[in-house]
Amino acid sequence: MNWIRQPGVVAALPAAIFLFVGFAGPLLMVFGYSFMPEKTFTLKQLPTVENYVSVVTDSYYISFTWSVFLAALTVLLLFPICYPIAYGMAKLFGKWAKLVTALIAIPLLISENIRLFGWVLILLKNGIFDGTMQSLFDVSVSGLLYTVPAIVLGLVYVYLPFMLFPLVIGISMIPDVVKEAAADLGANRWQVFREVELPLAMPGIMIGCILSFILVLGSLAESKILGGQAIVMIADDIESAFTFAQNWPKGSVLSVLLIALSGFIVFTLFRRIDLDQVIGRR
Amino acid sequence: MTGTFPTRHSTTLTAIWTIVVLLFLYIPMMAVVLASFSKLRYFRFPITGWTTEWYSKTLESLSVRDLLWTSLSVATLVTVLSVGLAFFGALAFARYDWTGRKLYQRLVLLPIFFPQAVLGLSLLLWFSALGITTSWKTAVFAHMIWIVPIVILIISIQVYSFDSALEEAAFDLGASRWQVMKEITLPIMSPGIVSGGIFAFLLSWGNFPLSLFSTGADQTVPEWLYAKMVSGYTPMVPTLGSLTMSGAAILLLLIYLAWMAIVRRKRGRAGSQ
Repeated sequence: MNWIRQPGVVAALPAAIFLFVGFAGPLLMVFGYSFMPEKTFTLKQLPTVENYVSVVTDSYYISFTWSVFLAALTVLLLFPICYPIAYGMAKLFGKWAKLVTALIAIPLLISENIRLFGWVLILLKNGIFDGTMQSLFDVSVSGLLYTVPAIVLGLVYVYLPFMLFPLVIGISMIPDVVKEAAADLGANRWQVFREVELPLAMPGIMIGCILSFILVLGSLAESKILGGQAIVMIADDIESAFTFAQNWPKGSVLSVLLIALSGFIVFTLFRRIDLDQVIGRR
Repeated sequence: MTGTFPTRHSTTLTAIWTIVVLLFLYIPMMAVVLASFSKLRYFRFPITGWTTEWYSKTLESLSVRDLLWTSLSVATLVTVLSVGLAFFGALAFARYDWTGRKLYQRLVLLPIFFPQAVLGLSLLLWFSALGITTSWKTAVFAHMIWIVPIVILIISIQVYSFDSALEEAAFDLGASRWQVMKEITLPIMSPGIVSGGIFAFLLSWGNFPLSLFSTGADQTVPEWLYAKMVSGYTPMVPTLGSLTMSGAAILLLLIYLAWMAIVRRKRGRAGSQ
């Protein structure tokens, strides 16, 4: 009975109870609905696995593949874009690092719909890019919007900070002396990067890659606003199953599969890193 | 010399790359502001006629006032409630040593690593199963599932740098639990609480995927913008977008100035003693 009287337990309880009711509850419910017969709105039917079978036989694997592909592509693009900046913020910029941090964090606080709409204005036919090209070079570049590259642009744009900030934390965990020692011992730039920086910054790198991967996996607005009808991503399929099709069990199955995939990745990550060390830099 | 890096050269290159990426981040927002002053009913570049009439039209519109009021109520409630819950959550996360802390740290962060649209839909099922009609109040609840963990994380960063010897010293000198909380713990954690509150407010203000499924008949600004964007162009979209962006900018600036004033006063007091 002493466990409950620890100050940590008392402090943890309010948030823990809240998240139990608001997070664990709904997830269990979705899990339950995924075993209900098609188009039912109660949990009182006999459980069945027919929904899981029909996901494979219907064409839902297409949207799943698109989501996984775009998530992987976004991570592959974001890492080289963000690494130099993160390195600069952690090691080179000195007092400017705070300003850069603020400038990158501020867009996070503005609705992604508004920021994506900015890209619509730029990529639109007769939009900013097309209009500029027309008046300067007399060439029209319409047809940029509602394509897969436009979606990738939007994903890279929206999720950049989620890669960048963990990288900054990771890189600032590298002690300078270690790098200097490696260089003094004759390692070249590339060797220092591969043998010293990467392994030491790995917790931050993994958090950054996995966070952006999972966020893209569940993204909805980018593919709808910048992609139009170009492709369907899994979150879009889930939304239509719940809303237009009014097929809760089908939507639940797709959700369960998406949750299982993200959950598996996150738990693999959490097993390998110590949060006290990464967040508290101890 | 291989031993002296980073070189000046690579620092300059890194700085240039950073500026390029910052421009990449801000150009779309500038495009929205630019479009809001265009006279035409549809968007065309280069812009031929300029006007501010869309601003007065947007501000006069009753539905826009409703939207702003809904978004404001949701964000304010989310901020107050999230910071309250997260303050204690962060103490449990980073300050106290207790059995089960490692597990708690991982579980509490799960909602951040979770697809928001799926979270919104699961909550929709949850509310309907419990017989709760969705409205802006359920949106407050939905936002908090995602925002409370983020605020816990932000406040925790502050808590980690907290020297618990200060609290112990206060206890030894005869302070009560409440006095220690008021005089020591809260003031030291206040920067984390303030930044957590700013994040809570603005993340709720701008949230779309959770609101989409949890507001029921009510509508927040991002939902309205999305609906208009998908169904076609109206000049009120860039206008309302610009308005909310400048609102966020002004809020951040005010908080920054207030913060600087407090810091300066504290320094002045410390200097005069």
